[in-house]
Amino acid sequence: MRKIISFILLVIVALGIGLSLRKIPFAVPKTKVGTYYIDKGIDQTGAVNIVTSIVLNYRGFDTLGEVTVLFIAALGVGVVLATIEKKTKREIMPSSLVLSTGCKFFFPLILLLGTYVFLHGHLTPGGGFQGGAIIASGFLLIYLGCPGKRINERGLKATESLAGLIFVIIGFLGLAIGGYFLLNFLPKGIPNTLLSAGIIPIIYIVIGFKVGAELAGIIDGLMEKS
Amino acid sequence: MIYYIAAVGLMLIGLYVLLTKHNLIKMIIGLSIMDTGVNLLLITIGYVKKGTAPIFSKTGLEPQNMVDPVPQALVLTSIVIGVAVLALALSLAIRLYQHYGTLDMRKIKEQRW
Amino acid sequence: MIFVFFLTVLMLVSAIAASVFKDLINAVIAMALVSLVAAILFYFLQAPDVAMAEASIGVALVTAIFVIAIRRTKREE
Repeated sequence: MRKIISFILLVIVALGIGLSLRKIPFAVPKTKVGTYYIDKGIDQTGAVNIVTSIVLNYRGFDTLGEVTVLFIAALGVGVVLATIEKKTKREIMPSSLVLSTGCKFFFPLILLLGTYVFLHGHLTPGGGFQGGAIIASGFLLIYLGCPGKRINERGLKATESLAGLIFVIIGFLGLAIGGYFLLNFLPKGIPNTLLSAGIIPIIYIVIGFKVGAELAGIIDGLMEKS
Repeated sequence: MIYYIAAVGLMLIGLYVLLTKHNLIKMIIGLSIMDTGVNLLLITIGYVKKGTAPIFSKTGLEPQNMVDPVPQALVLTSIVIGVAVLALALSLAIRLYQHYGTLDMRKIKEQRW
Repeated sequence: MIFVFFLTVLMLVSAIAASVFKDLINAVIAMALVSLVAAILFYFLQAPDVAMAEASIGVALVTAIFVIAIRRTKREE
C-alpha cells in the first residue's frame, strides 16, 4: 500500500520536473551576470580564477554565512553527544610497526598538499574549502593508523575560533576604510602572481585553517572516548 | 541531455529511499544521494557548448566561450552545507539509539517518551 | 559521448544498489561510488573547483563519518 502511493508520487514529481526542464535548453548561454563577471573580473579584483573572485569578492557575504553554518554544526555535534560517561578502559590492539610508521610519515606530506591547495586558490582551481578537507583527511589517517592516539581538543577549538574572528575583523576593517563590509582594500598587484588580488589570499588562508580544524573536530567528536 | 536524466534520476532514487525505508541510517543515505543529484542539476544548467573552465591561466584565452561561473560558486557552498547537515543528523541518530535501543522508525513512533 | 553514457548507467545502478543492500556498510560504499562518478561528471562539465570539492568531501569524509556512526549503532538493517 505504501509502496504504491510512493510510486504514484514519484511519477507526479518526475512529470513536474521534466515538463519544467523542457523550457531550459541544454548548452546555450543564458544569463548576462556571468558574462559581466568574466569580462570585468580581472580588472576589478585581480584574481585570475573567476570562481574564487565570485566566492570571496562579489558574493563574499554568502561565504560568511556558510562558515557560520559549519561552525554551528560542529558545535551541535559536540553538544548532542556529550555525556558524563565513565571512560571504559578497552583493549586497544597496537598496530604493526610498518603501519604506524607509514602513517606518521605521510601525515606531513598530506598537510603540505593541503597548504599548497589553499595558498594558490586565486591562481589555480582550489581554495580554502578543498584545502581544509585535505587537511582533515590527514588527521583522519592518524586516527585510523595509530589507534589510541587523540588530538589535542583545545588546540583545535582555539584555532577554529581565532580563524573565524580574523575573518570578521578583516570585514570590519573594510567597513572602516572604504564604505562597505568586506571591501577589497589592499592593492591589486600584477595578475597571475602569488601576491595579487588584494585580501583574497589572506581570507582563503584563514578559511583553510578554519575548515580543516572544524572537520577534524567533527570526526573527533563522533568517535568514542577510549 | 544525458546529464539531465542522470540528475533527475538521482533525485528520484533519493526520494524513493526517503519515503519507503524504515531504518534511520538508510534514510540519511537517501538524503545524501538526493543532495548529490541537486548539485549535478545546478552545474548542468550552467554549461555552454564547446566552453572551457573560467580560469585565465594563459594569456590567449578569450572570454567569449567560457562556461557560466555563478552556479559553480553556489554549488561549492551547497556541498559544504550538505556535509554539515549530515554530521548533525548522524549525531542525532546515535543519541536516539542510545536512548531507545533500536533504530526502527515504526517502533520509535509507538513509544511515549 | 559514449563514455558519459556508461558512467551515467554506472551511477544510477550504484544508487539503486545503495537502496537495496541490507548490510549498511555495503550501502555506504555504494554511495561513495555515486559521489566519485559525480566528481568525474563535474570535470566533464568544465567545473574543476567543484570536482575537487566533491571528490575530497563527498568521497573521503562522508564515508568516514558514516562508518564511525554505524560502528556505534547497529550494522544490519
